[in-house]
Amino acid sequence: MIYDVLIIGAGVTGVMTARLLSAKNCTTAVVEAECDVAMGATRANSAIVHAGYDCKPGTLKAKLNVRGNRLMKELCAQLDVPIRCCGSHVVAFSEDDMTTLRELYDKGAANGVPDMRIISKEELLKMEPNVSDKAFGSLWAPTAAITCPYGICIAAAENAATNGVDFFFNFRVNGASYNGETWQITNGTNTVEARYVINCAGVNSDKTAQLLGERDFPISITPRRGEYIVMDKICGKMANSTLFVCPSGRGKGILVSPTVDGNLLIGPNAYHIDDPDDKSTTADGLAEITEGAKLLMPSVDTRNAITSFSGVRSTPNIYDYYIKISDGLPHVIHAVGVESPGFASSPATAEYLAELLVDAGLTLTDRDDYIPTRRADGNHKHFNDMTPEEKTEAIRRNPAYGKIVCRCETVTEGDLIDAIISPIPAVTVDMLKRRTRAGMGRCQGGFCSPRAAVLIAEHTNSTLDKVTKSGGGSWIVTKRDSE
Amino acid sequence: MKKELTCVVCPAGCRMTAEFDDTGKIISVTGNTCPRGKTYAESELTNPVRTLTSTVAAKSKDGCVMIPVKTSKPIPKGAMLEAMEIIRGLTVTAPVKVGDVISADFIEEGTNLIACKTVL
Amino acid sequence: MHKKIIIIGGGPAGLAAACAAVEAGVSNEDVLILERDREPGGILNQCIHAGFGLHRFGEELTGPEYAERYIEKARALNIPIALNCMVLSLSSDRRVTFVSPEYGYTEATADAVILAMGCRERTRGALNIPGSRPSGIFTAGTAQRYINIEGYMPGRRVVILGSGDIGLIMARRMTLEGAKVLSVCEIMPYSGGLQRNIVQCLDDFGIPLRLSYTVTEIRGRDRVEGVTIAKVDEANGRRPIPGTEEYIECDTLLLSVGLIPENELTRGAGVPIDRTTNGARVNQFRETGAEGIYACGNVLHVHDLVDYVSEEAAIAGIAAANKVLGRTGGTLKSIEVKPGHGVRYTIPQRIDLTENEDSVRIFFRVTDVFKKVRFIIADEDGNILMKKVKSGAAPGEMESLELKGDIIKALAQSETACVNVYLEE
Repeated sequence: MIYDVLIIGAGVTGVMTARLLSAKNCTTAVVEAECDVAMGATRANSAIVHAGYDCKPGTLKAKLNVRGNRLMKELCAQLDVPIRCCGSHVVAFSEDDMTTLRELYDKGAANGVPDMRIISKEELLKMEPNVSDKAFGSLWAPTAAITCPYGICIAAAENAATNGVDFFFNFRVNGASYNGETWQITNGTNTVEARYVINCAGVNSDKTAQLLGERDFPISITPRRGEYIVMDKICGKMANSTLFVCPSGRGKGILVSPTVDGNLLIGPNAYHIDDPDDKSTTADGLAEITEGAKLLMPSVDTRNAITSFSGVRSTPNIYDYYIKISDGLPHVIHAVGVESPGFASSPATAEYLAELLVDAGLTLTDRDDYIPTRRADGNHKHFNDMTPEEKTEAIRRNPAYGKIVCRCETVTEGDLIDAIISPIPAVTVDMLKRRTRAGMGRCQGGFCSPRAAVLIAEHTNSTLDKVTKSGGGSWIVTKRDSE
Repeated sequence: MKKELTCVVCPAGCRMTAEFDDTGKIISVTGNTCPRGKTYAESELTNPVRTLTSTVAAKSKDGCVMIPVKTSKPIPKGAMLEAMEIIRGLTVTAPVKVGDVISADFIEEGTNLIACKTVL
Repeated sequence: MHKKIIIIGGGPAGLAAACAAVEAGVSNEDVLILERDREPGGILNQCIHAGFGLHRFGEELTGPEYAERYIEKARALNIPIALNCMVLSLSSDRRVTFVSPEYGYTEATADAVILAMGCRERTRGALNIPGSRPSGIFTAGTAQRYINIEGYMPGRRVVILGSGDIGLIMARRMTLEGAKVLSVCEIMPYSGGLQRNIVQCLDDFGIPLRLSYTVTEIRGRDRVEGVTIAKVDEANGRRPIPGTEEYIECDTLLLSVGLIPENELTRGAGVPIDRTTNGARVNQFRETGAEGIYACGNVLHVHDLVDYVSEEAAIAGIAAANKVLGRTGGTLKSIEVKPGHGVRYTIPQRIDLTENEDSVRIFFRVTDVFKKVRFIIADEDGNILMKKVKSGAAPGEMESLELKGDIIKALAQSETACVNVYLEE
């Protein structure tokens, strides 16, 4: 089959674009090096839908961020993904910081960010009683929101798959050729053919551009790692909104934020690393973010930490996003260097990429049989989000919904099986975790991960020794008698 | 000669000193708080034994399940890995009741491998 | 739904509490055990090793055998057990919401609720060990489930962090199944496990126990490839000592770094929690700060022997029975029980003296490893009520002292509002 469009990379930019194209009369494929969508920067970031005051006015970044912020909220509603419009404060700790806040305010105003205000210490402490009393004031941006970045990415991917987009996982592109009409994109074993190619390969997007044949490609990407700590839900109410340290202030930009699931998140630091796959955390790094978070909120206590993680972001050598039709290659569009606020921008970036496809010659018309939900029969609710009446009904229809597997996050066997047989089947323990939250609670999968693994084996006609944590060589158990 | 031992008979874990002659015959045991300690010390110095527990695969109405098993008596410590080899090769069919003999004369005559759980 | 007694948890504590309540006169139909697993018995089902029941039954049983004795007893008493049944919420006035495939989404009330939810294991996150996040990091209990229930091996080359009993037991179990246990690291200068387990689980197989060691980094992209261990400085907050790092190639890291009573429901009901035990504060009947809500077993405090769990659960079960059958007298006086020098916590934390109190046993744990000690209970003026000499004590082993009837009577008549439990070296 020859696809109209092939997207390289199933991060939030690629997936949002695939979803948008699935509403049009065109065929789309997505190839992804990892075993799931949202495995790069989308998976591990601050989970914030930025308001847009931080971007330089007049840039593509500023335009897409502010529009993306609005679209993201609509999309979350449409796909039933939790989002909380909690707003954000940039907290100043000196008179110099207050000057910086006014500059941020001016940038936001130029970018069209609505309803911002610079507020006094008193008002800040009233809104956020746990913020340090050393604060001077803050820039309040009520349009900032928190959501689950991989949650919305998975939802959008399911929506795209429901409408016929094909996803190819474990497909690490290592070759590309153009025959005058179509592109052949290969991982060495399999080849996908398409008329148009969009490069959304995130931290590998510069290398992907070279693989496609770009010479003297102007953008290079440096992987930058940021570490985070997630705190127990008992700390979830310590902050009502996302709190940033003023960029020029102390604390290297470490934030304290509630998460949409009710935990508290602190982090990140930022260090350049050589290996884009190096997602480890360090003792020094975790100590650094703890200290940084305590500047904002002295009562942060890492004894309540339930886990730590690190995310790798792609930092380009230019300020603005590089989203354009290739100068030298036919029917290739690059979305390169889409760093923060790339997540908030993504629904608008998808629109922009679709416009570029039209500019490049593809005809896009609306489909009349488009399904706007994640599944053909709607958005499947998790048991924990149901009303008592819905719970009763769900268990009556399918007793598996009466069987709680993950105790910490109240995830039922019904929820898990539903994810295993979903449009993007969750066939690893981590895929299941990202879709259902099973294993994300305070016991971190101690009780439920063996049960989740057994369910995967049962519903994929496999055995436990074949089930992985996250694809590749991440086996969980071996056969008893094997050596 | 003297040897320091920790009794493993019960959770108290008494620390004992056993004195024995050149032939290995025990002259005295001190530090034990019950007679079982002395018996343990004697056995530990001549023929150390342990109760072995493991699992055996069983076919039941719910598919394959693991049934916990144990040796009815302690077996020589040196025979444990051999015993494990045999156990890994065993399969039984449910129903199995707690106390059922899974393998008779296991490792030693008069010692059985018995089920520790009822599986219907 | 209304029941006289609802018991949350069908492990050793819940089963023993239910049996005791029915034996004390509550009709079996007025009792309901809510068990979240597919079978009763709790964590004992995966504890296939021997060492249970010496106190309770006078013989050494495996975990499943010990569980089966109570399961059989509950069955003989016709006590109903709802399986695959998870409690979602509990309120201080004993309203319980639960779900199960059989019962659906149910709201129930009870005259008494007995909390017997057990505990969970501390995880890597709680320790914040740096490094990558590959597969192959398990809590000891999770690994135990994979081997003993599912019949699969969680790894072949293993490092164990923590020398709690489950960690020690797993060192032996994995070795017997053909794995190589390379090292057991314990951050404290002593093991948290029973001495007998060090002998029969480590020494028997030549597995090194490295005291005052911890894991400082985990490496591996997909699967664990190795861990770095380092000696810690006792005098400097147990921080790793630079230069003592050692890299061990392995595919598995097991964590046996402590158990935490699972008290989310308890907290949700607003029941006061003891900061040391992480369980409810209780009186000698194991009644919590919320009237008619009792707690027993590992949800109250982490026990070292299941025999003591059963014993404690029977206390709660009988007390709950007396309560719902209207057999309890009023409290004459409450006396606080406070841990003093060398004592980490006591159970109960409070004695509610009633008309006919014959004796009260106070359980406690010590703070450190001690050689010869004298345990003392004194009133608030320092008058010694009783003492007991012991040849050694360690945090891993539960101690107890019984306040006899005459002391209780004296306490009831005295002015003292608390007693102190402490030790002299």
